[in-house]
Amino acid sequence: MSSNHCQEMRLLLQADVDGELQAAEAARVAAHLDSCPDCSRLQQQLLALSATLRDTLPKHSAPEHLRQAVRARLRGAPGRQAAARRWPVGIASALVGIAASLALFAVLPMRGADGMQDWVVAAHVRALQPQHLLDVASTDRHTVKPWFAGRLSFSPPVRDLAADGFPLIGARLDSLPGSEAAVLVYRRREHVINLFIWPATAEGETAEGSRDGYNFVHWAADGMTFWAVSDLNAQELLEFAGRVR
Amino acid sequence: MKWRGRPQPGRREDAARPEFEDVVLTHLDAAYGLARWLVRDPNLAEDVVQEAVLRGINYFASFRGEDGRAWLMRIVRNTAYTMLAARQQAGRIEAGDSDAVLDVPDPDDGPELALSRQDDAARLERALAALPIELRECLVLKEIEELSYKEIAHITGVPIGTVMSRLWRARRALMVAEGAADDEQ
Repeated sequence: MSSNHCQEMRLLLQADVDGELQAAEAARVAAHLDSCPDCSRLQQQLLALSATLRDTLPKHSAPEHLRQAVRARLRGAPGRQAAARRWPVGIASALVGIAASLALFAVLPMRGADGMQDWVVAAHVRALQPQHLLDVASTDRHTVKPWFAGRLSFSPPVRDLAADGFPLIGARLDSLPGSEAAVLVYRRREHVINLFIWPATAEGETAEGSRDGYNFVHWAADGMTFWAVSDLNAQELLEFAGRVR
Repeated sequence: MKWRGRPQPGRREDAARPEFEDVVLTHLDAAYGLARWLVRDPNLAEDVVQEAVLRGINYFASFRGEDGRAWLMRIVRNTAYTMLAARQQAGRIEAGDSDAVLDVPDPDDGPELALSRQDDAARLERALAALPIELRECLVLKEIEELSYKEIAHITGVPIGTVMSRLWRARRALMVAEGAADDEQ
C-alpha cells in the first residue's frame, strides 16, 4: 500500500498534523486516511511523536542571571542605539551578514577618520573567512613579534594577555586605506578579537561603538593607532583594550 | 572622533527603546531555548542571546512591528550560526596546539542528561540533539515553539517547501530512533 501516492501524501499528512491545511486539503487527507491503513498509522505516529516531544523535552528558560544581564544591557544601550541610528535605515538593514559587509567594503567611499570603523570591521569580518585569520599561528609573543620584522616598516607592541583571559593565537598582515596594518589575533572564549595596529600621529584619539553587530574600540598611543574589533560584548572588549593599553 | 560628537537623533529612539525592551524580555525564554537547542551548550547559548540582543539593538530600526518573537528568533538563529562557525574556526586554529584554551563540551554529555529522567525521553532528546542543525532547528521551532511553517521559513530563511521536507526528515529520523517507524524508504 506504500505507493507513490502515499509518498506524496506524507508532506500533506504532516501539514495536516501541524494544522497547516485549508479545509479542502484536510478533507482530501481525511478521505485518503479512511482508505489507507499505512498512512493512517503514520498519522498516529506523527501525532504521538509530537505529543512526546512536547511532553518530555525540557523547556529551557533563560536563567535569571542572563535575564538580568540582558536587562542591564538594554538600559545601557542608548549610545549604541544612537550609533546605529545615525546610519540610513536602508544601509543598516542591508548590513546583515558577512556578504553584505564585504559589499560595504567595496562600495563605501572613504570618509576620513569617520570611515575607518567601517574598514576595520569589514577587515575583521573578512578575516573570519576560512584561511584568512592568521599568517602566523602562535601563542608566543616572542614568536609573533619577530615575525613582523622585515614584513613591516614598524614594530607593533605585542602583549601576552593569556593571564587576563585573552590568549594570543597569532597574527597577520592586513591592508587598510593609507597603511599596512599589523593584526594581532586574540581570543576570549570562542570570540575572536582582531587588534589592528599601524603608525599614526593622532595621540589621544579614541572611539568606541558597534557596526553590524561587531564592537570596536579605538585609541592611539606611543605613535601607533589601535583598533580592536570583535563580536565579543562591549564590556569585555573594553576590558581587553584596557589590558593592551 | 567626529562621529561621537554628532547630534543625537533624540526622540525617536527614546520612544522605540521600551518597545525593543518589551520584545526582548517577553521572548527571552524562547530566544534562550532556541539558542540552547542550536548550540547544545548552555554557556555558549547565553553568549548567543547576549550577542543577539546587541545585534537586535542595531537592527531594531528595521523592525516593522511584525511578530516580535519571530523577529528576535531570526536574529538569535543567525547569531548562533555565526558563533558556531567562529568556534569551529577557532577549533581549527587550535588543532595541533598542545595547550588549547578552547573548551568544547561534549554535546551528548550535558548535565541535564544526568538528571533522573525516563530513558525514552533521554533517548529522544539525544536523537534530537544529534540531528543536523538545519533539521533540528525546524523541529524545535515547530514542536517546542509551536510556530507556523511560514514563521519557520522566515526565521530560517528558506522556502516553506524546504521547511516541510526538513520537518519530515527530522521526524522520520526521530521515529527511527524511537523504533516506532516502519522500515520503508
